[in-house]
Amino acid sequence: MGSTNSTLLKIPNVEVLMQETGFSPAHIIRLHDRFKALDKEGRGHLCPHDFGAIKELAMNPIGDRIIGAFFSPGKETVDFHTFVKILAHFRPVDKDRPKEPNSPEPINSRSNKLKFAFQLYDQDKDGKISRDELLQVLRAMLGMQVTDEQLESIADRTIQEADLDRDDTISFEEFRKACKHKRFTMFRFCIRPGERKLMLTLCHWSSELQDQHEL
Amino acid sequence: MASSVYLCLLRAVFLVCFVNPLIQGLSEDESVFQNPHHQQEENLTGLPIVTFKWHHVETPYLVIIWVFVAGLAKLSVVELNHHVISVVPESGLLIILGFILGGIVWGADRAQTFKLLPPTFFYYLLPQIILDASYFMPNKLFFSNLGAILIYAIFGTCWNAATVGLSLWGCYEAGVMGNLDIGLLQFLLFGSLIAAVDPVAVIAVFEEVHVNEVLFILVFGESLLNDGVTVVLYNVFDAFVALGGPRIDAAEIFKGIFSFVVVAFGGSFLGIGFAILLSLLTRCTKHIQIIEAGFVFVVGYLAYLTAEMLSLSAILSITFCGICCQKYVNANMDEKSVTTVRHAMKLLANGSETMIFLFLGVTAIDTEIWVWNTGFILLTLLFVFIYRIIGTFLFTWMLNKFRLVPIEVIDQVVMSYGGLRGAVAYGLAALLDEDKIPEKNLMISTTLIVVYFTVILQGITMKPLVQWLKVKRAAHSDLKLIEKLNNRAFDHILAAVEDICGRIGDNWWTRGWNRFEENYISWLLMKPKARKNRDYLFSIFHKLNLEDAINYVSEGERQGSLAFSRSDEAANVDFKKQFGSEFADVMPNIMVDMSNYELGIEHFSVTSIVKDTIPSVSLDIHGQDRKNAMDDINAHHLLQQHLYRSRKHQHRHKYSRSHFSINQNEDEVQEIFQRTMRSRLESFKSTKMGVNPAKKITKHHKKELTHKVVDLPFDKTGAINSTFMRDTYTVGAGIENPVFLPDMDSPTHSPPWLMETEAVAPSQRAQRRLPWTPNRLRRLAPMRISTCSTDSFLMADVSLTLEEHEEHSQTDHVEM
Repeated sequence: MGSTNSTLLKIPNVEVLMQETGFSPAHIIRLHDRFKALDKEGRGHLCPHDFGAIKELAMNPIGDRIIGAFFSPGKETVDFHTFVKILAHFRPVDKDRPKEPNSPEPINSRSNKLKFAFQLYDQDKDGKISRDELLQVLRAMLGMQVTDEQLESIADRTIQEADLDRDDTISFEEFRKACKHKRFTMFRFCIRPGERKLMLTLCHWSSELQDQHEL
Repeated sequence: MASSVYLCLLRAVFLVCFVNPLIQGLSEDESVFQNPHHQQEENLTGLPIVTFKWHHVETPYLVIIWVFVAGLAKLSVVELNHHVISVVPESGLLIILGFILGGIVWGADRAQTFKLLPPTFFYYLLPQIILDASYFMPNKLFFSNLGAILIYAIFGTCWNAATVGLSLWGCYEAGVMGNLDIGLLQFLLFGSLIAAVDPVAVIAVFEEVHVNEVLFILVFGESLLNDGVTVVLYNVFDAFVALGGPRIDAAEIFKGIFSFVVVAFGGSFLGIGFAILLSLLTRCTKHIQIIEAGFVFVVGYLAYLTAEMLSLSAILSITFCGICCQKYVNANMDEKSVTTVRHAMKLLANGSETMIFLFLGVTAIDTEIWVWNTGFILLTLLFVFIYRIIGTFLFTWMLNKFRLVPIEVIDQVVMSYGGLRGAVAYGLAALLDEDKIPEKNLMISTTLIVVYFTVILQGITMKPLVQWLKVKRAAHSDLKLIEKLNNRAFDHILAAVEDICGRIGDNWWTRGWNRFEENYISWLLMKPKARKNRDYLFSIFHKLNLEDAINYVSEGERQGSLAFSRSDEAANVDFKKQFGSEFADVMPNIMVDMSNYELGIEHFSVTSIVKDTIPSVSLDIHGQDRKNAMDDINAHHLLQQHLYRSRKHQHRHKYSRSHFSINQNEDEVQEIFQRTMRSRLESFKSTKMGVNPAKKITKHHKKELTHKVVDLPFDKTGAINSTFMRDTYTVGAGIENPVFLPDMDSPTHSPPWLMETEAVAPSQRAQRRLPWTPNRLRRLAPMRISTCSTDSFLMADVSLTLEEHEEHSQTDHVEM
């Protein structure tokens, strides 16, 4: 317990951080270790190239967008607090957390998770996913497997599905509605302190089952 | 439809084979009975005009009669259930119906002449059910829950077998069952055969209940795999029983466990091997598409039999064969073959499922097998039920320590309640050797009672239970591209976040496997073409588009003809262009499909009718078309009237064993296409002389030259030579564009029917049905574009379309 406390003490404002994010001390320590590991030069903050050094991440088709999500506009660095706050998006929505009417919406609320996903699409931060932005994501994810024309058709169709006000873009509200699905449970992100093992999953709108039966 | 005929054939062939041995026992008796008649017939001196030769056809006849009866039973059960507001599951009703049928047979013969014999069941009825279940297994779901499924299937089954066997033995020793000739090993053997949850019964019940997919896959996957496990377990114990109690020592037990592992995993690997074989096979069946669907069944069955031969687990073998091959086979085969496999598989599985349940009922009406021992039977029922519940909760409790999304208590209740026993247990019980197990009949009757109890009673109560417990149901919803897109994006996001957090999690393994699969396995097992186009998102998109197309064609036909409705719609969509450019390489037959349905959409722009408020953005919008729509329509209608019907007429009498009317349709498509282009041209000539000169003249010139040679048959026959068309089709050129063939009539020549433009259009159906003459066709067939450039007034989109087709055919040639 002593070591736990000493590590925690090193982190400034750790109480506030835990309050805001809902992470347990064990989580915070785990993340702090990782943060230090990433911060190879020991500056106390991370730069984009620190993230870029993660080999697997470099191969992720939308990896750069996710890295970008850690940096607020204009900033070149991310400190530990921001780092943890971003990751807090991936905590499961806790059901039994006491609801205080005055408290701000927790970071891991449904809506905030969706916002996080939304901003990965919305690169110019105008609150709308334009056709071009969608196309970029599609191109990154589908890669060479389909032609440009097909990509465009897919993008068109996707926008058409979600676009309610016919402005050919997807606003956050529209995005939220498109994701407002019974089967849809949001990201879950669990760190289990007892097991020293981190697990992470996404519950899909998994219609895979039906798809395959219908096919 | 031709495919349904094919399916019927398949059904007949397969089912005859399946049920054949079923009757063999009977046929011997009957033939003895029939022989005197036979003798008499031969002694006749005169020439008999008609003879009654029952014994000639007896066996297949009885088989097919039973198949027929089973079909009728299914029909009546479904209809009945319809009215009984589906209280009783189909499987239960079939068993009850089996009782009645069995009663009739017994009443007639005073003995049960028809029984479900184990070989029939294991060789002819079971394989296709397992193959069907595994072939349509939702792979992603299955593999992501594989850990839990394996735990339940292996340890759960062993647990059930051991506890039921031991408890029964304990009760027997306590004297509850009276005097029976059963030892501990026999009890364990019985426990192992009664342990397995039966996939047939489970699927039959759970399909009607629609529980959520995780629960479904757990129960379903477990029942599929534990069948394999239970058979292995059964064989091990069977060997132990044969060996006799005193001779079993530690070494033998160790060998038993070892054999269990070898048999189970060996079977699985054998299945995977056959899956690879099958995938490789379908890679090269391009030219025999008509039989490629058969390979799936044949190889699957081969996997089953081979495993049986090597005394490996046949069920596991065929299971893994189906699970592993589905992706590659579906990608490799022609879309039509995929449909064929899908339907044939369902037909076979459904058919044998019906037979199984029916015969489970029929078998019961037999005085021979019934041995009653209240203690044994009731205790078995009790233990089977209780240990299933205990086992489920025990293993779930352990699993939940590791599972990210724990299995909820309600789900556990449903899982344990869904422990239906079925025909596999009965088959194994019937396989018992009476010499070694004196109480075989008691075991059979107990098994039957357990089966009836679980399938009928638990089956009936399952639905109310699920409703009462408010188990999460599977939600049905429309397929949405944006959902799929987000799913994909979320996968990447999570993977990335996982990387940032620096731990190996679930997604890491998934990704590693996916990459390996994509780079190596797909490369090995998939056609290059299929590999290129198999992106999941894209296929969803493709499917959605197809749905739209079918929707609006059917909607359009309801309103008359597409040609009418499209003219005044706002958004004109050029179908031909879309499909031609996008999907031609995915599925070259798509145009053929279209013409099969007499859609006729391939020649012109069609409008989104169903969703006219939502213009289908995915399909191109052609502003150009709108302006010229009326001109187009007139010309098209005329051409359609003149040309369509005769084509149909001509082909109606053709028969080919290896093709449907594909080739002819191909001709038709091409002709229609030509004529369409032609008509556009002509209509433009007459209406907008000199307005819109063609842009790509030189290119077409070149093209014409290259096509000169191919064009020869046209000149000679004066009609399109179908062999030529067939050749172009089979070489895989997609649709060869005859538009670029050199012209044969004078450019200024105006076809006579164009003069009739003013005439009142005939009724919509009649429009397509005016005859053509070779003369007219000859004039129409070759499409003139460019020899006289001033005369060719191509609309922008026409030239576009042409270009694309040109490019398309070029690329196809290059590929070859």
